[in-house]
Amino acid sequence: MLEKAFEGGKKYWTWVFFLGALAVSGVYYYIQQFNYGLGLTGLSRDVSWGLYIGQFTFLVGVAASAVMLVIPHYLHDYKKFSKIVILGEFLAISAVTMCILFIFVDMGQPMRITNVVLHPTLNSVMFWDSVVLMGYLVLNLMIGWVTLSSDRKGVAPPKWIKPFIYLSVPWAVSIHTVTAFLYAGLPGRHFWLSAVMAARFLASAFAGGPALLIILALIVRKVTKFDPGKEPIQTLGVIVTYAMFANVFLLGLEFFTAFYSNIPGHMESFIYLYAGAHGHHELVPLMWTSSIFAAVSLLMLVIPKIRRNETTLSLACVMLFASLWIDKGFGLVIGGFVPNMMNQIRPYWPTRQESIITLGVWAIGLLILTFLYKIAVSVRERTAGIEIEH
Amino acid sequence: MSIDRRQFLKIAGISSLLGIGATAASATHNVWIKGINPPQVEPEQAALRAAHWAMVVDMSKFKTEEDFQKTISACHTTHNVPDFGNIKDEIKWIWKEAYENAFPHQDSPYMEEKIREIPFIVLCNHCENPACVRVCPTQATFKRKSDGIVMMDMHRCIGCRFCMAACPYGARSFNYRDPRPFIKNENKEYPTRTRGVVEKCTFCTERLAVGKLPACVEAAPQGGLIFGDLADKNSEVRKIVETRYTIRRKADLGTGPSVYYLIGGMEHA
Amino acid sequence: MKLYDGGKILVGLLVFVAFATFPFYNNIGKVNAKPEPKFDTPAILQMPEQERKCVESKEFMRTEHMQLLNNWRDSVVRDGYRRYTSETSGKNFNMSLQNECMRCHSNKKKFCDECHNYMAVKPYCWDCHIAPKEDDRS
Repeated sequence: MLEKAFEGGKKYWTWVFFLGALAVSGVYYYIQQFNYGLGLTGLSRDVSWGLYIGQFTFLVGVAASAVMLVIPHYLHDYKKFSKIVILGEFLAISAVTMCILFIFVDMGQPMRITNVVLHPTLNSVMFWDSVVLMGYLVLNLMIGWVTLSSDRKGVAPPKWIKPFIYLSVPWAVSIHTVTAFLYAGLPGRHFWLSAVMAARFLASAFAGGPALLIILALIVRKVTKFDPGKEPIQTLGVIVTYAMFANVFLLGLEFFTAFYSNIPGHMESFIYLYAGAHGHHELVPLMWTSSIFAAVSLLMLVIPKIRRNETTLSLACVMLFASLWIDKGFGLVIGGFVPNMMNQIRPYWPTRQESIITLGVWAIGLLILTFLYKIAVSVRERTAGIEIEH
Repeated sequence: MSIDRRQFLKIAGISSLLGIGATAASATHNVWIKGINPPQVEPEQAALRAAHWAMVVDMSKFKTEEDFQKTISACHTTHNVPDFGNIKDEIKWIWKEAYENAFPHQDSPYMEEKIREIPFIVLCNHCENPACVRVCPTQATFKRKSDGIVMMDMHRCIGCRFCMAACPYGARSFNYRDPRPFIKNENKEYPTRTRGVVEKCTFCTERLAVGKLPACVEAAPQGGLIFGDLADKNSEVRKIVETRYTIRRKADLGTGPSVYYLIGGMEHA
Repeated sequence: MKLYDGGKILVGLLVFVAFATFPFYNNIGKVNAKPEPKFDTPAILQMPEQERKCVESKEFMRTEHMQLLNNWRDSVVRDGYRRYTSETSGKNFNMSLQNECMRCHSNKKKFCDECHNYMAVKPYCWDCHIAPKEDDRS
């Protein structure tokens, strides 16, 4: 099956080489960063986590969203998803790989990564994060591979894979909950010290991931002979709508707690992000873009006529994805560090090298996604018309 | 007995995994046997010992800018702390902050001008319940059971900076670049750090180990920084904390800081 | 018998051989004399001959100094134990690379680096631990 990734037409290889070039430039700048130190990024003593960890946080959500396909299909026998569950699982593999890469490029001493395994620390949320991420990667690799190769042979997958599939459901929830715990248990940073952090993370994951899947499914339909079908996409649209509503609602709850309580520690980060403070307005346009995109996309999704039109649906999904990317992949992390623990505003902005490394990691993730999808689509194209039993 | 290619590959794969695993396991086992035995090592005779090291800061003793600079540079020079010349990459183990920055949200518009304006010496609080220790994935930062000092193991730090996010006091610094070119006067008896690790005040464990007080305590104006064992009923720090009014930074967070700031100042030195 | 894709296979084989033998042909002409670490530092020469004893025996140090230093590091930093009693000589040492080992072996270039360069080993101790300043003359 692997060889299918290396059989393609001109457009396929152009896309692959474009991603490859981006990846190589990312690697080139990473080598610079490895030799100089993380000072090559915009990080500082006050803002010690930035774009890299923000991307990691966002992508853990995307990875977890595969569960939005697995639950209806495997737990509730929703047969309409049978052809596209694999797309969710493969997206999870690509996203988790990007998460691991982002953590790697963010580390000060990446050569010492094995210390996390040599000296396991059960009270450290970060230790558990590495455990669950690795486990989720292995799970999805296994499940994706086994189910796809069974599809290719036209048979049902072996029974032993079922427990792993069921395990992947709580595991997906766990990877994002544990990532939320990275933030939600830190005593000094009131922007993050919220009980709904994990719930917010999950809601935005279950909105953003399926939204991306809708876009990917539409692209697959356009460039390949595999048609995921209109109904699965519509069902995904409904899932995105409910999840996005939950996400916006939970964000509103955060605003309420901060501003109705009027506690300065809780309000200050929101004020910096959305209005600026002490003459610093760096993030204000971004955050408002995120909020407007969120509101508009939610409105579009709620109206059935707009949601059922695949063109407007894809537009809503793009806006939604962008909104969540800004909110979770950037605003969330910066808001926790500005103002700093001495109540000073020390802003952060990524540098050129940092951004190219980030693009490089995304390119590697998209490369993996491209290869995996090429394999999945080739199998689907061959087995078109054959009933798939899962 | 004939096996097909798939079975052969499976057998080969599992045997090599077992082989590599067994070799690795036996290699580490040998090394463990050849290590040093615990009875061979012991602490220095002259070491200062305590059950709970703590510090009382009496800002009334810091009168001139020179007082601050001497205290801060004693620490930074002894420990080869670099000076990068910019706030972004800055590394500091001990420094000064205005009251509203050292004790956020505890000021009021009508409070005494003098308190509002004088700088406060701030450093790692060596908390009793440190958040940084709780989050470190490799125990590179850990709390010493013997004396409560929150210590740094620079050899083990992977540079994830989770501890920096967790510290409510901003006490930790990261080496964003190679510090060596930026160390003005190298102290040949203490190592430097390398890029990619986190560092902070360690209550001068290397000095305590040979019977000396922390560098800042020695360099501070008489009575400005008082260092001692809070668990010892007869220590000066214990007596001050028991009889005078002291505040700690962000005490409501449950971290239990061991650095106490004396309100009102002491008469004697 | 026909070799299918013969061209690609041969090119692949050549590339592999080039990679696999790189360490060998890359080091042609480079230093490969037997390492001879020198013990003639001022600190060592000052001591009477009988007292010139390292922490442990030469054979032990040669094979185990890496593990010894690792264990010392954990003992000093993590447990606070700083004095080591030698198994062979019973002497007491301060467990410090920078302040004890290098006190006697202050010629890093002619001592530590001799064997390390020969073995192409780059220990990162010196990234942090300050190596003694050396005269490049002797």
